[in-house]
Amino acid sequence: MAIIEVDGLVKRYGGHTVVDGVSFAVEPGEIFGILGPNGAGKTTTVECVEGLRTPDGGTIRVGGIDPQHDTGELRQLLGAQLQESELPDKLRVGEAMELFSSFYRGPADWRDLVDTLRLTGKLDTQFRRLSGGQKQRLSIALALVGNPKVAVLDELTTGLDPQARRDTWDLIEDVRDRGVTILLVTHFMEEAERLCDRLAVIDSGRLVALDSPAGLVARVDERQRIRFRPSAPLDHAVLTALPEVTAVERAGSQLVVTGTGNLLLAVTTVLARNQVVAADLRIEQTSLEDAFVALTGRPFEA
Amino acid sequence: MSALSRLTVTETRLFFREPMIVFFALAFPPILLVVFGAIPSFREPDQSLGGLRVIDLYVPIVVAMSLALFALNSLSQLFATYREKGVLRRMRTTPVRPAMMLGAQLLMSTILSVLTMAVVLAVGRLAFDVRLPRQLPAYLLGYVLAALAMFAIGLLVAALAPTGKSAGAIGTVLFFPIVFFAGLWIPRDSMNDVLRTISDLTPLGAGVQSLQDATAGHWPQLLHLAVMLAWTVVAGGLAARYFRWE
Repeated sequence: MAIIEVDGLVKRYGGHTVVDGVSFAVEPGEIFGILGPNGAGKTTTVECVEGLRTPDGGTIRVGGIDPQHDTGELRQLLGAQLQESELPDKLRVGEAMELFSSFYRGPADWRDLVDTLRLTGKLDTQFRRLSGGQKQRLSIALALVGNPKVAVLDELTTGLDPQARRDTWDLIEDVRDRGVTILLVTHFMEEAERLCDRLAVIDSGRLVALDSPAGLVARVDERQRIRFRPSAPLDHAVLTALPEVTAVERAGSQLVVTGTGNLLLAVTTVLARNQVVAADLRIEQTSLEDAFVALTGRPFEA
Repeated sequence: MSALSRLTVTETRLFFREPMIVFFALAFPPILLVVFGAIPSFREPDQSLGGLRVIDLYVPIVVAMSLALFALNSLSQLFATYREKGVLRRMRTTPVRPAMMLGAQLLMSTILSVLTMAVVLAVGRLAFDVRLPRQLPAYLLGYVLAALAMFAIGLLVAALAPTGKSAGAIGTVLFFPIVFFAGLWIPRDSMNDVLRTISDLTPLGAGVQSLQDATAGHWPQLLHLAVMLAWTVVAGGLAARYFRWE
């Protein structure tokens, strides 16, 4: 049974519909991503799931609980990490963990969590003295200290450097391995592709697709592109004659061959037969970003 | 430890990490009393004050002023800053209820301001021989009502101010008339009738008179108790009405 069910969610702000009939269901143990450009309605959607906003339509259930009516119970089973929220400047890491763990009926061992999130050396450090990555890790630790079944992580890696971002991704996978279902809001394609089991793509408040990252890409386009610089002039007809090839174009000194199936093998075989060497050979496959463009009909602006 | 006591302990620790706020809330009132007591004429009995000395009148005024400092300087700013920085928003995703968050702040403010009151009374008694309250239950009643009224006003400021800085500014603007009518510059006994009537209707004017009455061994006047209750209900009600998490 799904642990989070969102059905026909509608949210308006002053006559402007921000979320327009979004539905999805998250299975236990999944990392479920909500992907979309800024202002697409991702945060509003998860804030309704978190019980922080009152929906104007539709139903939401988290572990069978209606976030609007049984907020107290929801808080025990859902841990949240919010965009743009802070702790008091002079609160120390250890104090924050101790404080937040006192709020829950069955808290996790906070020292254990601090260890997992590599903050043990920072227990006596005040919040204002933490780096961006450390603040994010503390924020994850606080979201998990109540031993939640569901963790909602909103734009977790925004503002982190690439190394800290990759570390955070590893952490999220660890958290999932502890049995926590994760609802992840992101506008990073790479993050969605790397982490999520399934993705809801939201654009202008509407759900435009719901699938695994690979499924989304496959759904859009199975074409591949090969680029290379031929060592000797080559008649295009040799390539276009291949059943795998759909098009051949010249781009400067390079050839761009588009096609499907086992395109690479077919092309390299023909080249070898004609004693042409392919320099700077690159294969391009449809990315999630291409999929997004195809799904929404406009470029992805992060 | 329960969530409420853990919150209160944590808030108290954070309070003691702000030297300026600690100074004004805890140390300034006793220092001010010592300064007043150092003025020789303040220690002379005055016939126009019914044989009391000016310093006798200033002990309840300083006690009341310390409540105003607490409510308008630390409590309101702290809360408004928490909202501005998203601390309240963060708390909202946990099982902590708003009432508990407020409760912890009020508990801390009450404990610390009672401490200040005790220090001010002790300094008055030991350094300047000011009589301790004769009617202790009445004194505590007056004190608690004055504290509630001031904390309610402090929370109202926190609810209305958009930022921590503006809460500080509004608090300061309110602080001066409130302590003026409490008698910080002219003790109530030296005010003219118009000023004293206005003072009767302000939270700390009523508060100071109640403390003074209890010190002399009388129960506070019904008017003053009613005034403090009214401020608590109205300001507290508005604070609850306009309270925002973010």
